[in-house]
Amino acid sequence: MAAAGAGLTEVGSEADNTAITFSLKDEDHTLGNALRYILNKDPRVAFCGYSVPHPSEQRVNVRVQTTGESARTVFKSALSDLAVLCNHVKAAFEKAVEEHKAEQGVEPIEVDEESD
Amino acid sequence: MDTEKKKKKKAAAAAQEAAGASTKLPQHLQDQKTRVFCASDAPTYQNVSYSGAYMASRIDDSLNMADFVKNLKVEIKSLTEEEMVFDIIGIDPAIANAFRRILIAEVPTMAIEKVFVVDNTSVVQDEVLAHRLGLVPLKVDPRNFEYRTEADNATEKNTIVFRLKKRCWEEGPKGAETRVNEKVYSSDLEWLPLGSELPPDEETKFTAFNAPQTAPGGQPIAPTHPDIVLAKLRKRHEVELEAHAVKGVGKEHAKWSPVATAAYRLLPEVILKEDIRGDEADELVRKCPVHVFDIEDLGPDGKRATVARPRDCTLCRECIREEGWEEKVALRRVKDHFIFSIESTGALRPEELFTEAIKILTDKCEKVLADLF
Repeated sequence: MAAAGAGLTEVGSEADNTAITFSLKDEDHTLGNALRYILNKDPRVAFCGYSVPHPSEQRVNVRVQTTGESARTVFKSALSDLAVLCNHVKAAFEKAVEEHKAEQGVEPIEVDEESD
Repeated sequence: MDTEKKKKKKAAAAAQEAAGASTKLPQHLQDQKTRVFCASDAPTYQNVSYSGAYMASRIDDSLNMADFVKNLKVEIKSLTEEEMVFDIIGIDPAIANAFRRILIAEVPTMAIEKVFVVDNTSVVQDEVLAHRLGLVPLKVDPRNFEYRTEADNATEKNTIVFRLKKRCWEEGPKGAETRVNEKVYSSDLEWLPLGSELPPDEETKFTAFNAPQTAPGGQPIAPTHPDIVLAKLRKRHEVELEAHAVKGVGKEHAKWSPVATAAYRLLPEVILKEDIRGDEADELVRKCPVHVFDIEDLGPDGKRATVARPRDCTLCRECIREEGWEEKVALRRVKDHFIFSIESTGALRPEELFTEAIKILTDKCEKVLADLF
């Protein structure tokens, strides 16, 4: 067991770094399930699952077992992948909103021209 | 030699064909992967999360950022100051649900947290009135404020102070009096940009601000809706209090939730497995309570049923309930097509709320990443 940062605990074996349970404090299904999805879509991952040990404890455990790569590396890349994914969704959403607003802005002008 | 060349060519073509064929799943598996089937008894949802699940068909189901970027589509369907509906196509439920959960529970807003009652002779008890005040949505951008802990003093950066003072009396000739100030409305909350006017208190730390609060756009900070009834008064009843609003998130108390609803549904897909003509077409149109189907007039060939408004389908399955109809009509949902609807309580516009939610998920990732190093 190793304490990595304030909100994170790692549970795994010293000898085998391909299987680690990451215990995230103050997180829930929101991040747990999103990470589980990203990790399961990583070909280096042999198994991944998450659980919330108790509903009144603000904690989520994410289990990662890999096919040989360090579980830590894979977990890190999953986190950065999720962040990249979010940023892309944000960019796409903002672009769509902008286009929609531009369209909405144009319409009343066209109506005015027709009524003239 | 010619025959040898031909053979080679043939083999190469066959290999290419095999490779080409292998990039696509067999139709039934592709359907299973991308659709939910809504049969008359129960829906079937097959969820395969493992990236190597389709390796037998030589399909790599791992997350490829380039493909994700290519396939993701966002379409705004309607957008007003309070409400928006949009489609996100090409995303997994795990991610869509994360956004929904964050919208409800983790995007901050300002709400009344502490109420200091000077006088309350109305029939509404202090604690009930305080609770009602807490639930009043405030039209103020939470991004301009900081969180306040119990140890912090109230400042212009973490607290908004409102004063509420109202007294009811009767006017007019005896026997025909009319009541004045019969109701306490949310519009009676008067913003105090200079902070509390009550005497300073060590325990509660409600003090006047050092600098006056500024409201963006020159509009005073006020509740979103002016017409919420907070209490009813009778003759000589009076309410005088000070309400302090602070920043918080919905997972602590629902009053801080910035959305009235944030929900998604999967896009319904209605498929006519065979041509439905004549009286059967009329019957199908009649069956559907939300009018998904229309009749197409084919002139001399009679009429045919068409799926005109699949988005309106509620999957009530009324069209396939009767015997024999399930062979004619298939109801499905598209697994990666989310119809999101966000209804704001008024603090932020719905599109701002969604971008805030995405930012919060990114921040979560970065926080854990920072802890890992």
